[in-house]
Formats: sequence, structure tokens, C-alpha cells
Amino acid sequence: MKEEIIVSGRMNPNIDPVLHVWHWEIPTYLFLGGLAAGIMFFAGLFYIQGKENKFRSAVKFAPFLVPVALGLGLFALFLDLTHKWYFWQLYTTIKLESPMSWGAWVLMIVTPLSIIWSLTYTQELFDHWKMNYPKIYKRTKWVEKVIFKYKLIRNFISGAAQQRKTMAWVMIFMAIILGIYTGILLSAFNARPLWNTSILGPLFLVSGLSTGAAIIMWLSKDSVERKYFSRIDLMLIGIELFLIIHMFMGFMASTQVQIDTAQMFLGGEFTLTFWVFVVFMGLVLPGILEFLEFKGYHLPVFIPAFLILFGGAMLRIIMVEAGQASRYLY
Amino acid sequence: MRYAMAIDTKKCVGCSDCVVACQTEHNVPIGYCRDWVVEVTDGTYPVLELENRSERCNHCENSPCVRCCPTGASHYSEGGIVLVTKHECIGCGACIQSCPYDARYTHPEGYVDKCTFCNDRVGKGMQPACVAVCPTKCMYFGDLDNPNSEISKILALRKHKTLIPEAGTQPHVYFLI
Repeated sequence: MKEEIIVSGRMNPNIDPVLHVWHWEIPTYLFLGGLAAGIMFFAGLFYIQGKENKFRSAVKFAPFLVPVALGLGLFALFLDLTHKWYFWQLYTTIKLESPMSWGAWVLMIVTPLSIIWSLTYTQELFDHWKMNYPKIYKRTKWVEKVIFKYKLIRNFISGAAQQRKTMAWVMIFMAIILGIYTGILLSAFNARPLWNTSILGPLFLVSGLSTGAAIIMWLSKDSVERKYFSRIDLMLIGIELFLIIHMFMGFMASTQVQIDTAQMFLGGEFTLTFWVFVVFMGLVLPGILEFLEFKGYHLPVFIPAFLILFGGAMLRIIMVEAGQASRYLY
Repeated sequence: MRYAMAIDTKKCVGCSDCVVACQTEHNVPIGYCRDWVVEVTDGTYPVLELENRSERCNHCENSPCVRCCPTGASHYSEGGIVLVTKHECIGCGACIQSCPYDARYTHPEGYVDKCTFCNDRVGKGMQPACVAVCPTKCMYFGDLDNPNSEISKILALRKHKTLIPEAGTQPHVYFLI
């Protein structure tokens, strides 16, 4: 038997007895970042494929959520900092070895890009509201007036609209980096065995794309678009399940620290939350519902969409929480 | 120059004087500590083995905390001492997550803090506070690159280990066993 105690009474707040440095802010950001990446990826992809009028929600309307999601996510990150008013130090250096530095710079590019992309579709959004949702239009008319009041802004928007193709390519590329980065951020920490797996990058990317597709599916009023994104989602769910199984296979075949990590999900404290909230409610159940939809049964679309978003959020909350509970033996 | 520390687990009695000396020297806020003492009891009564270890930041040669820091606040200083520049630290917590030894904590003022190997004292040619105060003289500090330093001699003489070498961090705190 081996007993190990800290006799000097080390009780550093948030370090002992269990590491708890990151709270709700980080998973919130990871979720919103992934969601933004998902929406941007599909917007860019279908624009390049010339389907902007076939998939209007994906290309034109859903991207309006990206700056909102990124804004809220960045605010969450800001709240997480304990030395807040030094945040600008992030932009005084580029550290290639630090994923967080990468992330800060990626967000610096992605956020304005998403705002410009949305601006180029502002007129269409208001026209769409005017036709279909006069109530919303009535309340937001003043925004339209403000945006299109100045010639400079009008010229900027029409200029940007001509560069949509370039923006779409950059968006696809940056969305993939942003999506992977939300996972790599965690997997760079070799001190936390649960995070220290390179599968986390692709897993979070796929999960982000899946939540993005779910939002588009939810927003869309067009049955062709809905069906198409429902099918994309079904495929992404399959890939996600495959990656989760591989993650655990990797852990079980690895060193003792990683076996212990896997045990937290295979009988340990996170078993119920992970397998019920993430795998069953967030992946299997919406997968079944979408499969039924595919087979011709009509179900309210918000149910699978909500479940996928819920599952995506839970995946990040649990991974951040459990990662801090996993540690080296010594 | 490569500064390192060695702690004789056979001589350490676990009195925690090093902890108090550090807290006093650096005005460590109440309830926090930069170093701590671990007591490991191994075996079944009556065959028991005891190991006392005074632990702190390992000032690793391959520091995950320096690698993860997005602003460069965590950096290698002279002699391989790992330091945090207060006014560059944004308190993101990446370094805390990256340390396998849990040697870092968030100072109540917001920045991340940890053992500095008493770089200010060392710069003046003195020993770190914990080493200087140790009543059993079980701690050694010095330059690994100098074969005549106390630490080089003791490490050449005695069997020693580092903590979690499998994490690949190449720690600079050695434990004589």
C-alpha cells in the first residue's frame, strides 16, 4: 500500500485538492467557437459551389450568428482571464508553440471576416424579413437605415460583395483551423492525460461542424435545405461516434495514466454524464431521428437540432471538467 | 549555467521550514505556497518505508508552461530558471493546466505565480531561502555545468531521481534516494 500526503498543508485555491482553474467560460467559448467554425465552413463551401440561392440559410442568413457567437465566446474568454486588463499582451507576440497564441490571432482574422461577410448580405436579410417577417422588420428598420446611411459604408459593402469568393475560401480555411484549434487548445497539455490525445482536434472540429449544420437546419424554412443538412449531420454524427470510440481505444491501449483517464468514463465519475448526455442524447438520439426523417417520417426539426447543440455543449463541458480531474501518478 | 536543486529524502524530516522561509521571503499571500512537503509511506506495517520530499517548481529544461504561454510571460531566465513576468501575464491559466507538478497557482492579484529559485538571492551569490534555512541541511543548490559545485558533486555521489520523468519535462529538481 502506498499513501501520499502533503504534510505542509498545500491548499492553493483552484489547484488542491482537484485542479479547477477553468470553469464554465472555457467550454462556453469552445462550444461557440466550434459553432461559428461550423457555420462559416458551410457558408464558404456552398457559396463556392454556387449554391447561395439553393441553400440561402446556410450561405446568407446563418452567418449572421457567427459574429454574435464569436463575440459572446470572446467575452467568456475575457471573463476567464484573472489578469484581465493585460489581455492585449496576446497581440504583442506570436508564439508558434502556444495554441492559445494561435487561437488569439485566428480570432483576430475570423471575427472581422465574419462581420464583413454578414454585412454583404445585410440588404438581403432585411428584404427577407420585410417579405416574411414584417414584425421583425418593423422593429429593426432603424438598423438598416443606420447601416446604409453613409456612402462610405455602402461603397465598402458593395466592394466587399465583389470579393465574396476570396472570402469564402479564406472562411473555409479559417473555419477548419478554428474548429481544430478548439480541440488542440486542450490536447497541447501533456500534463492532463485526457486532453493529451491528438484525436481531440478532429473530434472538436467534427462536433463544431455538426452543431453548425444543426443551427442551419433549425433556421431553414426550406425543406430541401433542411433535408440536405439533416443528411450532412447524420454523416457527421457517424464520424463523431467513430472518433469517440477511437479515442477510448487509444486510451485503453496506452500507459497507465491514460487507462485511468478512460476509467473515469467507463465506470468512473463521468460515466453517466458522458454516455447519457453526450453520446445518447447528443449523438445517437438525434441520429435516429434524422434517420427516420430520411426514411420519410416527419418530425419537428428543432428536436434533433436542439439535441445536437446540447450534445456539443455537454461534450465540451465534460471534457474540460474531466480533463482537469485527470492527472499523472506520482 | 544550469541551476538545479537536490533534496536529500533520507535527511529531510518534513519540518516544513522551507515552506515558511519561502512564504516569508516572497510575501506569499496567506493560504498559498510556492513549495510544499510530501510524505510518502509505502508498504504494510511493520515493514514501512517513508520518503519526505520538499517539492516546488522543477524549472524544467523542456517546460510545458513556457511552451503553452500565449504571451511569453513564462520564460527561461539566466541559468534555466523558469520565471513569470507579472505585467505580461494575462491569467489565462494555460501554464497551470500544462504543469504536471501543479506547481503554479493564481496570485490573488491575478497573475500566475510560482517558485523562482529565489533568483534575486541567487543573483547576489546567496542560496535560495528554502536551502539556506533547512535545519537538516538536506538541500543543495548550484550550477550543474560546474563540476566543482556542491550540487554536481552530490549528484555524482548519490543515487537520485526526478519526478515524472516520463512527462518529458527534464526537471531540474533532483531527489537523492
